[in-house]
Formats: sequence, structure tokens, C-alpha cells
Amino acid sequence: MRRLWRWILVAFVWRAAREEEPGEERPPRIVPDGAPSPRAELVVVALLGLAALSAVAFIAVYAFDRIPDQTQYLGIALGCAFGFLAAALIVAAHHLVVTEELEEEYGRPHPGEADRVARVVTESGGRLRRRRLLAGAAGVATTAIGLAAIVPAASLGPIYNLGRFTRTPWRRGRRLVDQNGRPIRAAEIHPAELFTAYPEHADPEQLGAPVVLVKLEPDQLHLPPGRKGWAADGIVAYSKICTHAGCAIGLYRTPLFPPVDKPPGLVCPCHYSTFDPETGGTVVYGPAGRALPQLPLTIDGSGNLRAAGNFSGPVGPSWWGVRNRRVSS
Amino acid sequence: MIERTTRTLDERSHTAPFGFKALRYIFPDHWSFLLGEIALYCFIVLVATGTYLALFFDPSTAQTVYHGSYAPLNGAHMTEAYRSTVRLSLDVKAGLLIRQTHHWAADVFVAAIALHLMRIVFTGAFRKPRELTYYIGLTILGLALLEGYLGYSLVDDLLSGMGLAIGYGVALSIPLVGANLAALVWGGPFPGDPAFWSRMYIAHVFLLPILIATLIALHLFLVSSLHHTQFRGGRKTEKRLVGVPSFPGQAPRSLGLMFAVFAALFLLGGLVQINPIWIWGPYHVADSTNGAQPDWYLGWLIGALRLMPSFDVVIAGRTLVPNPFWGGALLPTAVFGGLFVWPALERRFTRDRHPHNLLDRPRDAPRRTAFATAVLTFLFIVFVAGSADRAYVLMGWSYATQIDVYRVGVFVVPVVSYWLAHRICVELLRNERVEASRHAAELEAEQAAGGG
Repeated sequence: MRRLWRWILVAFVWRAAREEEPGEERPPRIVPDGAPSPRAELVVVALLGLAALSAVAFIAVYAFDRIPDQTQYLGIALGCAFGFLAAALIVAAHHLVVTEELEEEYGRPHPGEADRVARVVTESGGRLRRRRLLAGAAGVATTAIGLAAIVPAASLGPIYNLGRFTRTPWRRGRRLVDQNGRPIRAAEIHPAELFTAYPEHADPEQLGAPVVLVKLEPDQLHLPPGRKGWAADGIVAYSKICTHAGCAIGLYRTPLFPPVDKPPGLVCPCHYSTFDPETGGTVVYGPAGRALPQLPLTIDGSGNLRAAGNFSGPVGPSWWGVRNRRVSS
Repeated sequence: MIERTTRTLDERSHTAPFGFKALRYIFPDHWSFLLGEIALYCFIVLVATGTYLALFFDPSTAQTVYHGSYAPLNGAHMTEAYRSTVRLSLDVKAGLLIRQTHHWAADVFVAAIALHLMRIVFTGAFRKPRELTYYIGLTILGLALLEGYLGYSLVDDLLSGMGLAIGYGVALSIPLVGANLAALVWGGPFPGDPAFWSRMYIAHVFLLPILIATLIALHLFLVSSLHHTQFRGGRKTEKRLVGVPSFPGQAPRSLGLMFAVFAALFLLGGLVQINPIWIWGPYHVADSTNGAQPDWYLGWLIGALRLMPSFDVVIAGRTLVPNPFWGGALLPTAVFGGLFVWPALERRFTRDRHPHNLLDRPRDAPRRTAFATAVLTFLFIVFVAGSADRAYVLMGWSYATQIDVYRVGVFVVPVVSYWLAHRICVELLRNERVEASRHAAELEAEQAAGGG
């Protein structure tokens, strides 16, 4: 073991001595010489050492389980490793490396070369007589092949048949259930509370599914003409999806203490579109441009809420011509 | 030893002349030239951390029920995408560090590009002959926004679901083709076909990164082919470039900056929580939360959506332009479109068709500086409007009043800031001229005194 160490030491000294040896005649320097800075070298060595230590610390923190706040210690260790490395390089840049100021002419355009490129192109077509015909044919072929390459993208979605955009799972007689699939009784809906309901036996993860239920006093209800009887015992149902950008209505503004002059509002927390449940879901504030679609309700013999039909209009964000479309089941 | 290596390499590639030129490539020195480099180093961190995340993330909308180490979510219905992200955050060692670093790197990446763009605009670096470099840079910024949006949408937590719903709403609002386009992208009405997740995933981890990387390479190729711009001063002229060679002078500085960026991002990732998705919970179509905010770089879009007054364009009962179009689609199109045509507009406006290697200081082009300031203040107000609900919670300021103030401010403040910026530039220039003439007069007086 000791002999091995001695050999390593000898080899090291020999190498070091060889590097110091004045070499043969060398061409003039390209990079100018600078004064050595042994202290800066030590600083760089120290910083590199710290970087290595931090990296080892990272491995150690990673290896030991059940360290509290492991994420934080991992971040500190890795951050320090890179930070010390950065510091070492910046000290080296300032003290160990010559900072030359070089000059150079900016490049210029090459009009001659550019013209030669153009000539190669034009002269290559020297044998062509029906240039416009050929160009046209090439254009037609390229366009057709390009279209052929793009057309399969239509498989991505139903581009033309937009029937699915107006289809909802609601139809006359369908029961309203809560998120666990339990039917909702009309007696469970209390004033000043917001309930979310879904159609029974239908996928809840579609824009047409969720509705909000709120109970209002009979004298509060001013539903648009033609919606007589859409409320059941003062309970009204609206699509839960905002007609502005498709977020879910998450807030029910219904002041319980003064000032209570503001009418109740169904609010979307994305852009604060606010809809009035008393007047058929009309927009009272925010960017939405279309009323919340209302779902007609009825109460069956066992006191459960059921839909009495489909929504008053398409559910979710609006699109071109949305007001001319009717919903289907 | 080194000579042997370089000779061996050259004998097998004949690239020694190129190598020499690359080592002695000149970098002019100014702190603002480092902003683009910071973006580049963020991109490296994004690719590295993103690859690690992809080893654990499952981009699937298959429904599952959570049973795991995070008790509050036990029994919750969620998608595999969300479950695997919660798992890689809370159960995979170093997973949370890597995920948070990835998220921070994305935020810093876009910030660095945006600041870099401001530097380019305010100093006129986009002028001939560097228009192509500028267009490529703008494209990278646009792709970076999309890439970031897809990144946090993939997780399928409550916030990402709300973000996707808004994206769907904006897509639908595009006149004439909106619904067809949304159907194409989502594979049907929201929340779309399960294949939509595959589409987002391939775009986020393959198409967009490859595209961005290619454009970065092209951007850097053009930068080095045309050489850097520089500020006036010393021996620097339109024809002569002065600076530090890439080796040995610039290399340790640049690498130092790179590791400093790495350090900052990993420290942020380890110490500053970002997007704790296990708290948001899984997304369901019927769920939403108050106080939802996107990543900062989409703040201007949510602000624009909130500022628009309530109306759809409806003619004779037919819906033509639904409301989200203005803030969500038209504004970003206008901003990027404006940035793309800016060099051409300025060429026409100033009748300056010469190549420029020397940069303007912002004051040197008062009208450009004033206009850019006006655009920036406009976007800043729209951005602030996006957090009016947070200001209400923190300060108690009425949301509706704030929105009213911003609706006015968004038009008034840019005009005022245009006037102010223009004024400051002109005054600074005048001051310089006065100083220069006084200096000249003093010099003359001194000479006269010395001669007399």
C-alpha cells in the first residue's frame, strides 16, 4: 500500500516537473499572458470543493428515508451545488482567465454570391420550354398531395356533425340525483343554499349534466314568459356550466344580513359572470353574453325532483349560431 | 496532450478552422444580453426535469379511486393523470423537487423571453439585418406560452380543468369555425374524447419541445452568423465589433450564469411551493373554485376575459361573436401580430432601410420607446385586472369598482405613459446636447486660455 502511494507521488512530481520544463521554440501567443493569482485559485478550489460537498449532501439526503422536509433539503443541496459551481466559474472568469478585448469587422451581405445562387437556379431551368405549364402542374400536384396528407386529421373530431354539442342527458321524467347517485327530494332543498344535481344513470362528466338548484320564495320568481311551472315548489334548476367560458358556477350570492337589497346571484369564479336565478338565469354582471339555460322541474309522487323536459337552450360556452339551436336528449 | 486531441479531431472532421473561429467568436459585453441566455438555460432545465417527470406521469383519463399516502384524497374519484401526479409529488423521492423545479423553470423561461423581447424592442435590435432572428424569437415565445398552458393542463387537477374549460370556451368563440375547431381538437364537446389527453401529451413532451429546440438552434445560428449587436461607445462602430472572445473570456461567465440559473431554479423548486395540486383536488366538470389564477404568463388573458363587458355580437338573433373571443383570441392575436409587423412598420414609418449593428438607447428613438411603453402599460393593466378578485380578498377593494377603474385605465394610462415616456426621452436627449455643447465650450475656453 505504502509503495503504491510512493509510486503515485513520484509520478505526480515527475509530471509536474515535466510541465514546468521550458519547451522548444513556440509560436507567439494567441491568448495574452496575465499575472497569476494563487489566492483566486485557492478560492476556486474551495468553491469547487463546496460544490462537491453539496452534491454529496444531495445524495445523502436522497438516500436517507424519513428525513422530514426532504424536498426542501434536496432543493437546498442541489441549489448549493450549482450555486458554488457558478461562483467558482465566475471567480475564475474574473481572476484566472484573461479578459481580452478583441475587434472584428461585422460581416457584410454577399450580393455576388446571392446572384450566383439565383443564377444556378434559373440556369438549371434552361432546358424548360413550358415553364408556366410545368409550374402549374407542380403546384396542383403539391396542393393535392398536401391536402391528402392533411385530410386524415379530420378523424380527430366530428368537424361537421355538431349534434353532440346540443345533446344533454336530460329528458322529461329523469330524476335528479346527488353526486353519490341518491335521488334528491324537494324537501331537502332549503332557501339560501346552493345544491348541485346530476341526471340519474348518466355520465356526470359532460357539460350538459350538472345543474344547480336554488329555492326561492314564490314572490321572488319572475321567470320569462313560457316558463310557467318550470319551478317546483319555488325550486329552480339551471345548468351549472357558465355560458361565458365553461367553468362551473361555484358561488351563490344570497345576502343573509343587511344590506340584502341585491338580488341573489349565481356566480362563476373564473371571470365573475353573475346570473339571476329569479329571472330565468339572465346575466346581471360579468362578461357572459347569454343567460344560463334553465331546466324545468317537477316533483313526483314520492317527493323526488324530476326534470320536466330539457334545457331552455344550449349548455356551456357560446359559439357561432348558438342561439338558433335547440337542445336534444 | 491537448494538441494531440485537437489534431486527432481535425484529421477526422477537418473542422479546426471552424473550431478556432468558434473559440474566438466575439461577445459584446452588456448585462441585458444575458436575458436570452437565461431563457436558454431554463429550457435545458425544462427538458431535463420534464424527462424525469415523464418517467412517472400517466397521461390517461381512465377513472380511478385514490387510495394513497395523502389522506384527504382517500376515496376521491379522479383520473390516472391526476393520481400519478399526486403520487410522483408525494411518494416518489425527489419527485416534488423535480416537479416544482419544472414549474418554476417554465415561469422563469417565459419571463426571461419576455424581458429579452423588451430589450430587443427598446434598443431597436430587431432592425435590419436581424428581422428573421426576431421573428423566430417571437415564435418561440408564442410556443412557450402554449407549451406552458399544456403542461399545467395535463395534470387534471381542479385548476387545470378550469383552465382547459376556458381554453375550450375561447376556441368555441372563434367566429364561424369555433365549434368545428373545438370539436377537432377535443374530439367532441368538452371535456372531450379520452384521446384529447394523448394529443396534449404528445404536443407537450414531443412536438412543441422539438419545435422550440429547433427554433432556438436557428435563432442562435442567425445570431452568430450576423454577430451580436452592441451599444455605441469606445471603438465600437456600425462596422467594427468589440468584445470578449467566447474562449477563454466568455465561457466561464456564460457557464457561471448557467449554473447560477440552475441553482436558482432548484432552490425555488425545493423551497418555494408552487401549484400544490393535491390541495386543489381532482377536476370534475361540475367543480370550480374561487380565487383561481393561472400561471403569470397567462394572467393578461384572464384579465382581458374579465374586463370585457357583457355582450355577444348577435345580429338578427344569430350569434356571431361570443364574448370570450375578444379577450381570449383577438387580444393575443393582435399583440403577436403587432409584434410581427413592428419591424416592417418601423421601416416604413422612419424610412430607415439601412442595416444596423449599433443599438439605440431607449432615448435615442423617443417615439418607438413611447409606443412600446404604452403597449406595455396596456398589457400590465389588463394583467392586473386579472387578479382583481385577489385584490378584493387582500385589500377589500370592491371587485366591480376595480373592473370599472381598469376599463377606463386601460385606455387612459397608456396614452399618459406614451406622453410621459416620449417627454423623458426628449428631455434626456436635450440634456445630453446641452452637456456636450458646454463641454465643447469649456474645452475651447481652456485652449483659448492656454494659448493666450
